[in-house]
Amino acid sequence: MLEIVLFWVLAAAALVFGYLVFRLDSMAQVTFALLASFLAVAGLVLLLGLGYLGVVIALMMVIEMVIMAVFMIMYMMNPAGLMPMTMVHNKVGSAAIAIGTFVVLAAGILLVDWPVREGGPAPDLTFALGEALMGGQMLTMMTLGVGLFATIVATVLLSTGRGRYGDER
Amino acid sequence: MGEMPVVPEPAALPWWWALLLPVLLGFVTWLVLVGDAALSGGRAAFAAPGREAVRLVVGQRRRTVAADTVLGRIGGGTLPVAALLAAAVLPLGERPVADLSVGVVWFNAMEVLAWAAVWMVGWGSNSALGLVGGYRFVAQGLAYELPHMFAIITAALGAESLRLTTIVDAQRDLWFVVIMPVAFAVYLVSAAAMAFWGPFDAPVARDVAGGAAVELSGVDRLVFAGGRWLLLVVAAAMAVPLFLGGGAGPLLPAWAWVAVKTAAVLALLLWLRHRFPTVRMDRYVELAWVVLIPLTIAQALAVALVVLGGA
Repeated sequence: MLEIVLFWVLAAAALVFGYLVFRLDSMAQVTFALLASFLAVAGLVLLLGLGYLGVVIALMMVIEMVIMAVFMIMYMMNPAGLMPMTMVHNKVGSAAIAIGTFVVLAAGILLVDWPVREGGPAPDLTFALGEALMGGQMLTMMTLGVGLFATIVATVLLSTGRGRYGDER
Repeated sequence: MGEMPVVPEPAALPWWWALLLPVLLGFVTWLVLVGDAALSGGRAAFAAPGREAVRLVVGQRRRTVAADTVLGRIGGGTLPVAALLAAAVLPLGERPVADLSVGVVWFNAMEVLAWAAVWMVGWGSNSALGLVGGYRFVAQGLAYELPHMFAIITAALGAESLRLTTIVDAQRDLWFVVIMPVAFAVYLVSAAAMAFWGPFDAPVARDVAGGAAVELSGVDRLVFAGGRWLLLVVAAAMAVPLFLGGGAGPLLPAWAWVAVKTAAVLALLLWLRHRFPTVRMDRYVELAWVVLIPLTIAQALAVALVVLGGA
């Protein structure tokens, strides 16, 4: 019962905040409406029992949206995004794509022959997820991950000089 | 690899502890405030936090032109809420309020809410200095978060679990601070940074007239400052299950040891704040990326080798 109530509350929240993204007129508010929508989706993933995925969605989305807010506002056409703006462009085209996507997905839900569940969930879903994603390639993935990460850090360090307070090179 | 681990049964406290948790944290925060006031050399330090709180509650809210009140208020309110949610997985003694199987990730997810919160507060008042403070915190976040993540994940790696009670159990023979001192040191630094505290208080520094908090007054300032203190207390307390063996110790019960160790970590952070001047943000970013990240990765590697060798 509680799960059903939570599902509908989170689903409605995800939709309402998603709608607000296109209704609010401030870049900052739009960004955090989008974040709220994503957090509701993270809640839905948690409801599915996928603890790790749900919490990681929340973690990544908060960081991502804050950084996005900074950059979006920095590069907006009107300074600092303080003037009213709208996220809607190409109204007819975007409406057609949105409605089309919804119809296809909804039709898929209704028409697909859903399989009957076989077996039960793994005892530790986080572990099972890691196994399913990486399997025998765990070491390769870890090495690649650290390599990619080191590249990011090195690139950023090489491309920045000192800040505005001195030690200019 | 390939064999499923046995998942321990959750060992959470009774549900009414969820109601007790804010009271407990509030009390500890008040004690820390008294300690801080005493260190600052104020007389009547014992009453100082209460007096200040009352002053703020009855104080008027300042209004600025074209303020984004919605984001500003949400930001302020998010700080204490995030701290409380992060504290839910904190073992108070042997058991936490919620014994999540992904407790470490949960703690991390809740504490990054502070990123959004401080930026929103800085943005909300439509004030240049406030916005500078908000941006400074995002820069600080980018600097502390990566070493911080590596530090806490090293503790999880040492215990081969993301569950905090399991991490505590894994330290029965040897506290993690012994085999991962670098991770512990980095954790302490990032704990201070995430509460924009001590040498890392540039987001609310004097050179920008209080930064993110510059226009806050009355209840808004009380919620913001209170949330920041709560965040500091929770971050300090989390060092105990991650690195200091949780409630382990002779004679005293587990909760008393948690309290003693938390107090020790908080005292260290208080000392750090009074000992060092504010760090410039660009310097700190450079230190974090050039020194702390490689150090924490090397630390994680060392612990991984120990774990693999012991298995």
